Amino acid sequence: MSPQTISEKILSAHIGHDVYAGDVIICPVDRVIGTDASSPMTIDYFEQMGGATLFDPAKVMFAFDHYAPAVTESTRGFHARVREFAGRFGAELHDEGSGISFQRAAELGRVLPGDVVIGADSHTVTCGALNLFAIGVGSSDLAAAMITGKIWLRVPESIKVVITGRLIAGVSAKDVALQLVREIGAEGADYQTLEFHGEGIASLSMDDRLVLCNLAVEAGAKAAIFPCDAITREYLEPRSSKLGASVGADADARYSGIVAVDLSAMTPRVALPHAPTNVVPIEQAIGTPVQMVFIGTCTGGRVNDFHDALRVLELAGRSIFPGVQLVLTPASREVADILDSDGTFARFRAMGATITATGCGACCGTSGVIPGDNVNVLSTANRNFKARMGNASANIYLASPIACAAAAAAGYIVDPRSIMTARTAN
Amino acid sequence: MSFELRGRARRLGDDINTDYIIASTRKRDTLDTAVLQRYLLETVDPAFATSVRAGDIIVAGRNFGCGSAMEIAATVILAAGINVVVAQSFARTFYRNAINNGLIPVVCDTGAIKEGDAIAVRLIGGASNVHVEALELTFVGAPLPAIMLEILNAGGLAPYMRANAGFLDSVSGPP
Ligand code: SF4
Repeated sequence: MSPQTISEKILSAHIGHDVYAGDVIICPVDRVIGTDASSPMTIDYFEQMGGATLFDPAKVMFAFDHYAPAVTESTRGFHARVREFAGRFGAELHDEGSGISFQRAAELGRVLPGDVVIGADSHTVTCGALNLFAIGVGSSDLAAAMITGKIWLRVPESIKVVITGRLIAGVSAKDVALQLVREIGAEGADYQTLEFHGEGIASLSMDDRLVLCNLAVEAGAKAAIFPCDAITREYLEPRSSKLGASVGADADARYSGIVAVDLSAMTPRVALPHAPTNVVPIEQAIGTPVQMVFIGTCTGGRVNDFHDALRVLELAGRSIFPGVQLVLTPASREVADILDSDGTFARFRAMGATITATGCGACCGTSGVIPGDNVNVLSTANRNFKARMGNASANIYLASPIACAAAAAAGYIVDPRSIMTARTAN
Repeated sequence: MSFELRGRARRLGDDINTDYIIASTRKRDTLDTAVLQRYLLETVDPAFATSVRAGDIIVAGRNFGCGSAMEIAATVILAAGINVVVAQSFARTFYRNAINNGLIPVVCDTGAIKEGDAIAVRLIGGASNVHVEALELTFVGAPLPAIMLEILNAGGLAPYMRANAGFLDSVSGPP
């Protein structure tokens, strides 16, 4: 047996013999996840395939996130159809208000180390932060997996991302992720796994790891995987009676590339319109006026993100710059509950922020606030394609929650380190 | 599967994401591809949908179909009468979705192909090539993995699943 990457090990364990990058396999899956955006078509394919039952209803889950709340007749119809289907076949349904599909899956302990997870949402890859192999697929692959419990896969090559150092104040995992996407390029990780290593990962919280895995998709990655460590177990223990089968890479595993990241040297970044690879140091965007700031999504809508943002706004004088619309969308009910009970949302509300229902919100223009004409938006999301938020004349900039909060206070893009260091020095 | 398909090249650039192929906001309103094809590629070129003719062939640069995994991006292209997309490279989710719906993705060097060029795409088994008449040049495509060919031969993943009552266990050949 030759040495293996984490992806090779997980996939080998699932099919019962050793496989390596390039092999094509029919692989059993442990969890199948559909959203309200992808599942209506999944049901169509399921019917066309002659589906009569789910391979294992306990392993199939649906979540309403892209169209939550359903504000149109069409989306109410999609929801009704998926509700009926989930009820008929006994699958788990997370209705409006529950949160983003794979975020719920992680929070509820539905995905565990060593698992193979597929979701009809490209950012399902995010779950790899929990030491598992998670990939995004379309509706037809999802339907086939719901029927057979299997998916065909090409075992991916892996790029080793070696992380050292520690983040400094004012810099966050989002900055690291944006810079990685820039360095690797929009398709630099196509068909491959980003496998994270290095002593620096011990300083990254689960929320940080979820962000890094989430943005891997913007570099084309098929999967992104962290090792299992004390932070993974601490995250899982209150959520699941089982801890899964943690998987590490062999010492001499073969990688298609190595990328080194020194957290200590990282500085705030911004992705300029209209591509997430269009990343520059924040210094190059300072002074850009913003009229809308959006903190939310599967990239930047978790507890840490709102805590970071609140800290910055409070250091900056507890006020939102006049004319700036600050919109907050928690990624899940768990996130919303924590921020309600610890007072975070109350403090944001007192400053005049708009706090919306949980889910995808304004991310792709389907259920949240739509930016006005020619508005500059600074957002914690992962994609800033033209028209992504529902208005082709808006300019979407991407940054960390810290930088977003700093811009909400200033009315334009600023270096958040200036706020944080100036105030700490006082 | 073997065929030759002739058509007019519709030239697109690099990194055409699925939201550009069909906007999430359009897909929210209907999943009827006959309606959605009116908005095909509207963000990139508002005139595209009205100028498209059945039998046209999309010729793109790198990373075609990046971004969201939404499968409707593949089926809207088919609904517009386009059966082949030739690109320098594809994002993996779009590539799978294309195969699963019988939209043929051909990976080859597209740099020399221009808008409106008459081209012929040939598929012989897993091998493919693209002939550009004006240039009298033929570009060789990357081979299709066996499993993808089986799905394409069946006409897509749904007919494949129906015909085989699941996945065939024998997965053959290099990808
Ligand atoms: S928050 Fe945005 S990127 Fe994340 S799943 Fe929802 S629409 Fe997709």
